Amino acid sequence: MKITAEMKDLRDLVESYLKNEVDPVVGTYDANGEFPEKIYNDLLEMGVHLLAVPTEYDGLMIDHKTEMYIAETIGRHDCGIGSAIGASNSSCTTMELFGTDEQKKEFFGILTSGKLASFCLTEPNAGSDSASVKTQAKLDGDEYVLNGTKCFITNGGIAGVYIVIASTDLSKGTKGLSAFYVERDREGVSVGKHEDKMGIRLSNTTEVIFEDCRIPKNHLIGEEGKGFLYAMKTLGTSRNYVGAMAVGLAQRAIDEAIEYAKGRVQFGKPISKKQGIQFMLADMQTQTEAARQLAYYAAELMDSNEDYEAYSSMSKLMGSDVAMKVTTDAVQIFGGYGYMKEYPMEKMMRDAKILQIYEGTNQIQRVIISGKMLSK
Amino acid sequence: MNILVCIKQVPDTTEIKINPVTNTLMREGVASIVNPFDSYALELAVRLKEKQGGKVTVISMGPPQAKVALKECLSVGAEEAYLLSDRAFGGSDTLATSYILSSFIKHLEKENGKFDLVMCGKQAIDGDTGQVGPEIAEHLGLAQVTYATDIKVEDDKTLIKRENDQGYDWIQVLTPAVITVTKSVFEPRYATLKSKIAANKAEIEVLNTESIDIDLEKCGLKGSATKVMKSYTPIKDNNGIVIKEETASASVKSLMNLLVDNKVI
Repeated sequence: MKITAEMKDLRDLVESYLKNEVDPVVGTYDANGEFPEKIYNDLLEMGVHLLAVPTEYDGLMIDHKTEMYIAETIGRHDCGIGSAIGASNSSCTTMELFGTDEQKKEFFGILTSGKLASFCLTEPNAGSDSASVKTQAKLDGDEYVLNGTKCFITNGGIAGVYIVIASTDLSKGTKGLSAFYVERDREGVSVGKHEDKMGIRLSNTTEVIFEDCRIPKNHLIGEEGKGFLYAMKTLGTSRNYVGAMAVGLAQRAIDEAIEYAKGRVQFGKPISKKQGIQFMLADMQTQTEAARQLAYYAAELMDSNEDYEAYSSMSKLMGSDVAMKVTTDAVQIFGGYGYMKEYPMEKMMRDAKILQIYEGTNQIQRVIISGKMLSK
Repeated sequence: MNILVCIKQVPDTTEIKINPVTNTLMREGVASIVNPFDSYALELAVRLKEKQGGKVTVISMGPPQAKVALKECLSVGAEEAYLLSDRAFGGSDTLATSYILSSFIKHLEKENGKFDLVMCGKQAIDGDTGQVGPEIAEHLGLAQVTYATDIKVEDDKTLIKRENDQGYDWIQVLTPAVITVTKSVFEPRYATLKSKIAANKAEIEVLNTESIDIDLEKCGLKGSATKVMKSYTPIKDNNGIVIKEETASASVKSLMNLLVDNKVI
């Protein structure tokens, strides 16, 4: 893939911030689970959440290749922050693809004022099985009334606006799902349990509860009953973001492992001189590079409006599996030190795990990929 | 306030390597940055503008690639940027450089009106002379304050916080004036992605000896009062002696004995 000067310039800006301001404190936030408010404020000021907001609504709307390049950069430093930005970008995609001009103005206005968006699909009994969504939206005059609880919601406690997938007809399963946007400050919206997670601990994950929450009828995005379709379209693009972020994480693990292997002396020489380590490093880099090319190829398909969905799933599947494998191997190269919290490796391994689970588990990705293959 | 900031593009010294054979700096592949003290000067200028209103203009003398540094300045709050680039400027020492910059400042003032403040970093991290700022003030016949870390404007009075060995002074200065800036608590801001995109699209006007009124005899090698005879990396000398006794006074005693024994004093 060709990296243009413009791409590099934007990436370098984000990289310099993350390297100078985030790297030194990431371990502390990971350990105490506190929300890094200043970091988020700075990044929102910088506008990293506006990459998928159209320029006519004061956003940046850059091409997918540059977006993935930036996603890779963020993943290199912290996948929790990456997840927060990625989740917000997904919500923007739903609105951009299916919202009206009036809705976009309102929704994107909340983002340009310095807030993140959040995508609320998952429920306690509706993970991979979206047909089991129980949150309901009932039309009452000129308003919809929302009731239900969403869980594991990235940015749940910090977002300024939510995209909510709720059922307008429980009897129809996924065909009864509809998409809405709901402002955080609306009456009837509250934030429930804050999750204490294994990894991506610099992200905010909560329950979002709707109790007789009334929203104007015009907060319905697109048509009733199309919510599942919209959600799948949205995830179709956002999955590649996870793939790119995973590549960044894997590359960082490799870079750290190389540095360590060169300095760690056993049996009288650095362990990097041992073929056992060299072969591990070679495999790690080969797998990461393959995942990287897949992510950028999927981005290229998106940019040229070609059918990308299967590739986006492949990028997510491959990227996250590679990140898991590579971070595990990197811990192995660090040996006992890799297992200790004093070193950066164990956090990377914990962060990698979620990438195989969220935005559709890797099993669901295989369903999507094979579905595409067999429908031809 | 109409503020001008002079900046220089310098190699990122944190990445510099020395060629072990020739003992010279290896510039290839080393990233270029805006001289850090100039970034502090720009940050102070932009903060002042945000409070007082006005405009910040940035200039630089250097090769065409210095446009990148000027674009960086546009992305963090400067409104306008000009590059002065001409082969005739090559080899300029600080005297020639400050003459060229001051001629350019006069040229800009003819078109844009007087600058209230001309700001520079206290020195560039490559040459480390710290002379260009004060020399610009002399060429322009303006007051100067060096080692500034903050600027305040109160009821038409311009006050400069100047660092000294003991602490700092607040100095009132008549404008227009030249201020050289050192590292302060006001860390240079990060650009936003939006300002970065806009700055990348901006066209930087490049001026040369034909665009401004300038005496070529005072430029480049011809106009330089100093000549560089040789650049080299000092050889690391490990012959030093470390004196570290239990107490400071015991260390002083050892040092004195050593100096007397070796007939240094």
